[in-house]
Amino acid sequence: MEQESKKDEGRKLSFGPKLFELLAKFQEIELEDVDLQVDELELWIQPGAGVVAPAKVVTAPKAKPTKIVEVDFKPPVMEYLGKIAEVKIGATKSEGGTRGKTVTIGGERFPAYYLFEGLMPHLPVLSLDVFDTKIPLAKPVKMHVEDVLEDPAAWAKRSVEKFGAEVVNLHLVSIDPLLKNTSPKEASKTVENVLQAVDVPLAIGGCGDPHKDLEVFEKVAEVAQGERLLFNSVTLDMKIKRAAEAIKKYGHVVIAFTAMDLNKARELNRRLYEILPKEHIVIDTTTAALGYGLDYAFTVMERTRLAALMGDPELQHPMSSGTTNAWAAREAWLKMDPQWGPRELRGPIWETVTALTLLLAGVDYFMMMHPAAVKTVRDTVAELTSTSKADASKIADWVTMKI
Amino acid sequence: MESTPKKELSPIDVYKLLPKTNCKECGEENCMAFATKLVNREATLQQCPPILQDKYKEAFAKLWEMLKPPVKEIVIGSGERVAKIGGKLVMYRHEFTYFNPTAIAIDVTDEMLEDELLKRVRDVENFTYPYIGQNLKLDAIAIRSTSNDPERFKQTVKKVIENTKLPVILCSFNPNIIKSGLLVAAKNRPLIYAATKDNWKEMAELALMYDSPLAVFAPNDLKLLRSLAKTLLEFGVKDLALDPGTVPNEGLGETISNYTMLRRSACREEDELLGFPLIGVPLVVWSNSKEMPEISSWKEACLASMLISRYADLLIMHSFEGWILLPTVILRQNIYTDPRKPVAVQPGLKMFGAPDENSPLLFTSNFALTYYTVASDIESGGVTCHLLVVDTEGLSVESAVAGRKLTADKVAEAIKTTKVEEKVKHRNLIIPGRAARLSGEIEESSGWKVLVGPLDSSGIPKLIQDLKAQPPKA
Repeated sequence: MEQESKKDEGRKLSFGPKLFELLAKFQEIELEDVDLQVDELELWIQPGAGVVAPAKVVTAPKAKPTKIVEVDFKPPVMEYLGKIAEVKIGATKSEGGTRGKTVTIGGERFPAYYLFEGLMPHLPVLSLDVFDTKIPLAKPVKMHVEDVLEDPAAWAKRSVEKFGAEVVNLHLVSIDPLLKNTSPKEASKTVENVLQAVDVPLAIGGCGDPHKDLEVFEKVAEVAQGERLLFNSVTLDMKIKRAAEAIKKYGHVVIAFTAMDLNKARELNRRLYEILPKEHIVIDTTTAALGYGLDYAFTVMERTRLAALMGDPELQHPMSSGTTNAWAAREAWLKMDPQWGPRELRGPIWETVTALTLLLAGVDYFMMMHPAAVKTVRDTVAELTSTSKADASKIADWVTMKI
Repeated sequence: MESTPKKELSPIDVYKLLPKTNCKECGEENCMAFATKLVNREATLQQCPPILQDKYKEAFAKLWEMLKPPVKEIVIGSGERVAKIGGKLVMYRHEFTYFNPTAIAIDVTDEMLEDELLKRVRDVENFTYPYIGQNLKLDAIAIRSTSNDPERFKQTVKKVIENTKLPVILCSFNPNIIKSGLLVAAKNRPLIYAATKDNWKEMAELALMYDSPLAVFAPNDLKLLRSLAKTLLEFGVKDLALDPGTVPNEGLGETISNYTMLRRSACREEDELLGFPLIGVPLVVWSNSKEMPEISSWKEACLASMLISRYADLLIMHSFEGWILLPTVILRQNIYTDPRKPVAVQPGLKMFGAPDENSPLLFTSNFALTYYTVASDIESGGVTCHLLVVDTEGLSVESAVAGRKLTADKVAEAIKTTKVEEKVKHRNLIIPGRAARLSGEIEESSGWKVLVGPLDSSGIPKLIQDLKAQPPKA
């Protein structure tokens, strides 16, 4: 518990380099003229038919006011029946693990950043992605980790020390039978190495093959007994009972992943509840990139959180987002006409805007990639939850501001 | 979740008040069909000529009240391009849909050199980004008087309106400045920015005299904002837009909270004093002159994105960097997509690279997300191929197979209507891995040989490469 309270102090300190340093290289990047491939497709979007013109409402003429007519403003607060479960990730020595710090997410009783109703008990956690094998990465991301791409322990250490990762997401992509087909034993070894390199909690990702992931998760769960790892993830096409039993037996927690469907999220949770307590489950309803389905991701998350607060017992879990998916948008990585700016800026702002949008939908756990995006989201969370009064005098004269 | 009667309006309730003559003048088969369209906001009351007659006056008034959005729609401008802001029916997009995408205005000042001014105005007007069949654009010019010189402001407003069709926002807290701007923009119905606790009376007179909408500015003071709205309404100004102040940095939490409270008050409590469009000003981040411009721009994009998600109906921005505007206009498009309609692309035959008669043929669904993912995988893998987009009624491959919207017959029909048999010599069709169970039926109904592709389209480039090395037997 002591470790947890320290966590909040740590957040207020500005650690790591400044935003500009994280973005610095863009100025050196050579721009090439590349025509953007433009799709000729048409969407079937019917424009909103707008609203009818004002009706002539006949009211008795009133004397014009000569001074401000004072009325009150009452904050429109609501009652919520539900509460989001709290999930703790990582375990210290006294708790049966080896972590120097732990994090807790969830516990909300109000929608995200409705300060007029109340604050969340835990700030969202920012984690960084680390891969166990060299994978293709977008250039603006790669340039920060180029020298550690084949050393997950060193990569994890950099993510924590330099970029402020509160949790490291170790993605065991090499276990993929179609890639290196790394054995569960070897994969566990990598997990152990990373556990030794950093003292923050770990999240363990698989390769997406439900059979192989399960085999590896079972082995890793056993080897890292008591560490309270966050397994990423259990899906409906997995042997759910077996996965949940391993997670329970060795004291870990899990992400329940579904594809943008509230009913499927509920179904998966129901099946997990047969084995796991609520406090062991985080939900991920899928993150799509800005421009590539972010509207679906945003709305599913917003609906999930509101339904949970209104009392839906099957959705009352902290939410996780694979925000790194933002890099799937071509605008994030493609060389475009110079008017759209260098991708060294476009990429990280893409990840940032994707994250900020989902932050407002209520995400508790972000899996991210670019250090500048991580820093911006961290600063924004601090600003959104700051208890200091807004100083409106600073902007009162914006109209005449010289820029 | 927030139950407002507006969104739960039933077509029956509307139908009861319509003339029930089934005259078809509105273009619908009958009054019930028209009522359904009204409830879905796909038609307006004025499209029903009979209801405008005097004898239905009472019914019209009732219908008007029923259909009135809790956030009033305000129109800025009068020419070819107007900006409609507000008109929101719901707080959350999943409750219905959002109308009138957040208008984005870019600022100019009355101290800019003429060349600089005209170039910026033209650039704003010409800004366009083609995105899934739409052209994303900017919507207005905000003219700020930084000189505080009425004559100078007048000249600037004149130059701007002579050089653009975009609506304008006249920005000054000095009524004399606004008045001089209105003198030259009398017919343009500009948005007057803004009435404050100090100048509200003069601004209200100007708004009435020039029949222009009026912004109300009460930074971080919602009681004052509501009082000013009440006062101005009593004064006779009907078209208001509310600016609760955009306070960046340590003020961000309260700022976001203010916008949220205002929208909830309007949508849930139907507070008519607050039922007006909201203005956000991401431009305020430029107050820190010591900051690198890239950092201010960066912060402006972040602020704009959060205000789009949190109910701003109009944004005033400064940065004109492509990497700032691009995520902003795309986020706006995303948030304002109608969640009631599955987003679909036009079915048909698409070409990637320069395919010839030997190039492979693949198919996918016409769900936009699926299509763009597949297209992006094909493009980034440098694959040359034909791609048949089958009409799955906007569902993904998996859902369409399960829901019988994607069937072997539909695939065969798509092959026929697109005449792809004339475009390729071979008869090999690569189908999505998630439609594998249809492979036998597709072979039967189309006569083509089926090859099951990967479960995820990211595997397409590798599959095509493997096929090149080992082509399927004819």
